[in-house]
Amino acid sequence: MSSTTTTPAETASFGGVHARSEAVLNKVARISVRNLDFFYGENKALKGINLDLPDRQVTGMIGPSGCGKSTLLRVLNRMYSLYPGQRAVGEVLMDGRNMIGADVDMNELRAKVGMVFQKPTPFPMTIYDNIAFGVRLHERMSKSQMDDRVEWALSRAAIWGEVKDRLQTSALGLSGGQQQRLCIARTIAVRPEVILFDEPTSALDPISTLKIEELIDELKRDFTICIVTHNMQQAARCADQVAFFYLGELVEVAPAAQMFTAPREKRTQEYITGRFG
Amino acid sequence: MGMTTADTRIVRDAGAARRLGRRRSMTDQLVTIFCLVATLIGLFFLASILVTLLWRGLSAMDLTILTTEFRPTRYGDETLPKGGLLHAIIGSLIQVSLATAIGTPVGLLVGTYLAEYARSSPLGNAVRFVSDILLSAPSILIGLFIYQLVVLPMGAFSGIAGVLALAIIVIPVVVRTTEDMLQLIPNTLREAVIGLGAPKWKMITLVCYKAALSGIVTGILLAVARIAGETAPLLLTSFGNNVVSGDLTRAMASLPIAIYQQANSGFPDLIAIAWTGALLVTLGVLAINILARLLLRGRI
Repeated sequence: MSSTTTTPAETASFGGVHARSEAVLNKVARISVRNLDFFYGENKALKGINLDLPDRQVTGMIGPSGCGKSTLLRVLNRMYSLYPGQRAVGEVLMDGRNMIGADVDMNELRAKVGMVFQKPTPFPMTIYDNIAFGVRLHERMSKSQMDDRVEWALSRAAIWGEVKDRLQTSALGLSGGQQQRLCIARTIAVRPEVILFDEPTSALDPISTLKIEELIDELKRDFTICIVTHNMQQAARCADQVAFFYLGELVEVAPAAQMFTAPREKRTQEYITGRFG
Repeated sequence: MGMTTADTRIVRDAGAARRLGRRRSMTDQLVTIFCLVATLIGLFFLASILVTLLWRGLSAMDLTILTTEFRPTRYGDETLPKGGLLHAIIGSLIQVSLATAIGTPVGLLVGTYLAEYARSSPLGNAVRFVSDILLSAPSILIGLFIYQLVVLPMGAFSGIAGVLALAIIVIPVVVRTTEDMLQLIPNTLREAVIGLGAPKWKMITLVCYKAALSGIVTGILLAVARIAGETAPLLLTSFGNNVVSGDLTRAMASLPIAIYQQANSGFPDLIAIAWTGALLVTLGVLAINILARLLLRGRI
């Protein structure tokens, strides 16, 4: 390990990472996190987080294991509320409302803020019912409208062609990559405004990973996206804005191009050049 | 690098290595033989019971046994009418199905409560503990309990008392399997359902039950198999009866009790009928077990 200081130029070439060129971030924030603290019992996992998720752009969250990035994701759709002993203090503003307030209808919130998980989680039912399940929770519609919605969601998730002849077969028979795209389709079908991805490709092969990344790029036209990833190249490829977390703090947030070429903070620089993490 | 390898190489004594190898393969063979012998001993008794049961049960099996109720012994006089087990078959079917119908929903809901709502709460732990004790309690105790609670106040043995005793035996079996099967479901699946904006009760009924279906059904079928052969709790509750009866307020026959009574009668013709009854119970339980296995294999 060399002890000389790393220059930004070296950083930029690390691992052949080429961050996307669009450096302009949308000024309109879909979700604004303000002074957010998070506790697992007594243990403070997030400390004073302030972060805006720009509307219809991709925010990548990076950082070493246990840094709090997944925790923040689980605050955004109140997944933490399932577990007694976990609590958040501060503000998560969406349409001017604090979404971590006690009076928020969590089912309504989760319809607006969908989530895709690390491991594909198909439900033990047919492919069609996997997609229709979430829609039926929030909307009443005729059979033909539902058919249209299912086709639309599966097409948006780039899996329609592969499953259109087997909609009535079990979703458990799909491959891992197909299952993950099915889960994305299931999330889209509810027509959320925000989609949270929690390491969506860490259980997938490189080809499936590529498909999911292309999909994310396509989806940001209509959805605000937040993706947690351990893979710096993935963050560079997918994200417009990148946030680096370390030990429960948001160290730095910047447009992707700037983050991977000229990070302001020394800790960010060390992390993305592979000094720790 | 080459030097390090040379330094760490262990110089082996070829003869000692061969002796060690021989000893190990002998031990291996010895243990294999022990296992085989133990298996054969176990199988011998099982096969002996089954063969005896089939031989003695089938030799008295005919249509009369399945279609007639109890008749007194013929003392070897073939002109007297021959009796059967219809009363016991019908009594068993009524009591077992009603007990399953009562015990299953209770067990299912308790198991759901333990797995989905009270995984590590003090109340959940207490319920789990009591249910486990009930699971291993001698069934005669449950008979005594219902005897005190139902038979004495009513002043008579009754089918309903038998049903209640069997239902109490069903509950802990279903509680245990339901809880175990629901706990096998990964939390990520639950979060995926909740993440779509589903309330918890829909998550449980629409997804968790579906994911755990085969295991839960297997548990119910095992409970049915268990109560189909129970004798002790019925002795103190539905008592037994010699006629075909669907009246739950009066004593009711059942296969295990009919076997017990006719085998104790001392008359060869009745003892032969008891063997056939034992065969019927065994075949029924066997069929249920096979069904449970098929269900489990198909889904998991």
